[in-house]
Amino acid sequence: MTYDEIRHFADSWGLIVMVAMFLLFIAWPFRKGAARHHDEAANMIFKEDDNGRR
Amino acid sequence: MDGVVLKAGGWLGLALLALVMAALAVDAPFAVHMGIVAVACLAVLWATVSRADFDGIARGILKMPADEGVYDDDPIRWGVIATIFWGAAGLIAGLYIALQLAYPALNLGFEYTTFGRLRPLHTSGVVFAFGGNALIATSFYVVQRTCRARLAFPGAARFVFWGYQLFLVLAATGYLMGVTEAREYAEPEWYVDLWLTIVWVVYFVVFVGTIVKRREPHIYVANWFYLSFIITIAMLHIVNNLSVPATIFGSKSYSAFAGVQDALTQWWYGHNAVAFFLTVPFLAMMYYFVPKQAERPIYSYRLSIIHFWSLIFLYIWAGPHHLHYTALPDWAQTLGMVFSVVLWMPSWGGMINGLMTLNGAWDKIRTDPIIRMMVIALAFYGMATFEGPMLSIKAVNSLSHYTEWTIAHVHAGALGWNGMITFAAVYYLVPRLWGRPRLYSLRMVNWHFWLATLGIVFYAASMWVAGIMQGLMWREYGADGYLVYSFAETVAAMHPMYLIRAAGGAMYLAGFVLLIVNVWATIAGKVREEKPMTETPYNAAADRPLAPVPAE
Repeated sequence: MTYDEIRHFADSWGLIVMVAMFLLFIAWPFRKGAARHHDEAANMIFKEDDNGRR
Repeated sequence: MDGVVLKAGGWLGLALLALVMAALAVDAPFAVHMGIVAVACLAVLWATVSRADFDGIARGILKMPADEGVYDDDPIRWGVIATIFWGAAGLIAGLYIALQLAYPALNLGFEYTTFGRLRPLHTSGVVFAFGGNALIATSFYVVQRTCRARLAFPGAARFVFWGYQLFLVLAATGYLMGVTEAREYAEPEWYVDLWLTIVWVVYFVVFVGTIVKRREPHIYVANWFYLSFIITIAMLHIVNNLSVPATIFGSKSYSAFAGVQDALTQWWYGHNAVAFFLTVPFLAMMYYFVPKQAERPIYSYRLSIIHFWSLIFLYIWAGPHHLHYTALPDWAQTLGMVFSVVLWMPSWGGMINGLMTLNGAWDKIRTDPIIRMMVIALAFYGMATFEGPMLSIKAVNSLSHYTEWTIAHVHAGALGWNGMITFAAVYYLVPRLWGRPRLYSLRMVNWHFWLATLGIVFYAASMWVAGIMQGLMWREYGADGYLVYSFAETVAAMHPMYLIRAAGGAMYLAGFVLLIVNVWATIAGKVREEKPMTETPYNAAADRPLAPVPAE
């Protein structure tokens, strides 16, 4: 592949794929049922106690 | 026994190889470096053969609690101590070179102490040595707690710690001897780069290994930030340091790129060192230590995920803004500028997420100096990530570039954001890692907070003034079309600002000395008798029901 081919790939298909991936990753946390999951994840760090000593 | 003999033989072989390299060296610094490597190999050899319980001895000296079989915390304790040691070295070097700028006589007329050699010692000292050790230590702490699993590959984790220290020693001594690739924040030469690559890959293996053996289904968001830091730094480090050594017995190499490609590779690396070394993993600290210290979950977990992906997708394109008005194609400069401006939004999203975690607990800023440090760190994160995009705009950059304004910007970020969040993390970690009821003194943390904050204000304000003045003087034309000021005149005009900057730096260092004393005393097991930061106000007279009043 020449520089020219890579560069045209980058600003056509490459760009589309990157933007699509980005939008997908950003949309994912808004899926139905995600809120409960996020709530658990956010509170998970408090389950541990006393620095791992039981 | 055979195992020990084999290992000892291996280390002896490596030591001898290093000595042979030293003997064949074509330049003195390379010989010195190979000597250091040989000494390091012999030290490991001695440790292997003597088979003493070094972990036990270290525990005795550092007063570390015994391994309770829960989490593997020894490398983290060493990491905290290394963070403080290198922090002191980096800050002292910084104050010294600040004074050199005001009083050039302090160069001492001695090649090893010139500004040019001490500056990379300062930058690498604070970024890679202080920041790097803090990141490795906190990442090992956070990944174990959030995965509820012991570190995978404990031997490898120890190798990462010691290997990283060897990298730092080789880098620091190299700068003093004039060994440099002259690539900003990537000055170490080819053999030191190769060594760091090995250490970094092992670091990746330990981190991912621990995530793989986790007992918690979800990978907490802080680990995403740490992991992206480890992966991206590996990629940046390898690509930016592609070079061909002039000889394998010497410390000189030549970059694989030339001209403007070389410059862009360097600043693609340089800006992403800021992004993926000084921002992303420090945000990982924020996402763990701020909620823990505040005892409240992060304001919005969803926002933290959006923050993460936005930084990942945007930051990597911002580098070209370091090359405005150079031979770099105009479209690439504009691309860098646009992505930098767009970055403002996720950066502030992250800052707001951190600050709003305190929603409903704002009183902690008054009562808990550690929370106060975290809040000021986030405030500086917000300020630096607003100023950065602004400076990346070409019109602004034409005034600010190459001036002290840039220095003001990076120090607002480094001292304010990286420094403060790291201090807060150290204060959080030390009592927990050493099993102490609390820090030696919370009031001292408060003093540290104010000294550091005022220091940054003096530092940043003086450099803003110096930078804008310098930029305006450089571009001032007289009626006859000639430049009004010579370069030396701008330097003379900045002298008072340089003094104020050095004073600010000295205050910041003074605050750091308080941290050293406080941590030292905490580790020694002392607890200072002091008035608490908050009282429980109680008014007995007011605390009773209203007396019944007969109706008229």
